[in-house]
Amino acid sequence: MIALDVDLEQGSFSLSARIELDSRAAALFGPSGAGKTTILDSIAGLRTPRRGSIAVDGRVLFSSSARINLPPHQRRVGYVPQDVALFPHMNVRRNLEYGTHPGSSPALERVVGMLEIDRLVDRQVTELSGGERQRVALGRALMSGPSLLLLDEPLAAVDVPLRRRILPYLQRVRDEMRIPIVYVSHDREEVEALADTVIRLDLGRIVDIEHVAR
Amino acid sequence: MNAWQITGFTLACAVAATVAIVPPGVVLAWLLARRRFRGRALIETLVTMPLVMPPVATGLLLLVLFSRRGFVGRVLERAGIDVVFTWKAVVLAMAIMGLPLLVRTARAGFEQVNTRYEDVAATLGARPLRIFLTISLPLAWPSVLAAAVLAFARALGEFGATVVVAGNIPGVTRTLAVAIYGYTETGQDRQAMVLIAVAAVVSFAALWCSNHLVERRPA
Repeated sequence: MIALDVDLEQGSFSLSARIELDSRAAALFGPSGAGKTTILDSIAGLRTPRRGSIAVDGRVLFSSSARINLPPHQRRVGYVPQDVALFPHMNVRRNLEYGTHPGSSPALERVVGMLEIDRLVDRQVTELSGGERQRVALGRALMSGPSLLLLDEPLAAVDVPLRRRILPYLQRVRDEMRIPIVYVSHDREEVEALADTVIRLDLGRIVDIEHVAR
Repeated sequence: MNAWQITGFTLACAVAATVAIVPPGVVLAWLLARRRFRGRALIETLVTMPLVMPPVATGLLLLVLFSRRGFVGRVLERAGIDVVFTWKAVVLAMAIMGLPLLVRTARAGFEQVNTRYEDVAATLGARPLRIFLTISLPLAWPSVLAAAVLAFARALGEFGATVVVAGNIPGVTRTLAVAIYGYTETGQDRQAMVLIAVAAVVSFAALWCSNHLVERRPA
């Protein structure tokens, strides 16, 4: 359950969003400049709203009235940015293990098995293809044992055939690991295959919330 | 004249000054590149000032601050530490004059690192110190190394501030640059030329090593 009620200004752009989500996978849909990445950044703690509150499963991450603003490292929110940002000076294994916490992280074997990246663990990240990079970045986020997963256009950088091959991995994360996902998408097919809630944004405002029957 | 003694002393002081300023200078460079805090512009200006001020003026300021009647010198004297006209003054002058180059170069290196790497590391649970040590510093490493070498090179050639705050005491505070000036002043051109040759070789070696190190580093 994600409860978000934020106002945020940046230059001439302003975001004002109120959402209560009890979904397994919610898609943020809308043209560029609509505020989709800003919402992900606010939840992750990378941008601070001017006012409002953000809570995940009842745990308050941000509240301007209660003066709570957990730093990103305490939020337990997995984040895969659009450019995936794999650490270029580490190999795949060190990327995957960067955020592991004893006790709360899943086993490495389980994650690499589910994402089928087990044969990549000793490679350098510079040797990976686009689809492999996406899966390693997803695995790295999962290895931190997050209570929520934020994905910024997870399939934008890969071509259509590869997109169809990666989608099942996202479905497995949603169904097998039971981690709620909030992701930014431009693609109708991707939304239909994954999301149970579609939030349409435009110019920093929510224009429509649609629940997709599964 | 003892060219070896002067060269050894200058190298030792330049190494000491570089070692002393690298840890705080690199952290300061990272803070200036990444954090917004009160007093940031003031700190940035103060650190850069020795680059713009005449070195002799910087030396004079250091002399006023660190002499026995000075603001800092009085405190140090109580602890039994004498700075001016000792080797410590040489290191101090070299450090202050090298710091702006170190901070500015390292800062430019940190600014080139994509902030998304640091953002992702934070969401993976890394605290700021761990992010600095495992992400920012390794990715900015070539620039940090170049910054340290620049500061070292600047320290090797330091003259204006050194001569004011440390003087030109043979065997105590006489560095390469100060000795070259001293020999030229007193018409001992041959000795000056020997030291100029030594300074050229040392500078060349330092810069060649640093370029080599930066190039050899794997991407």
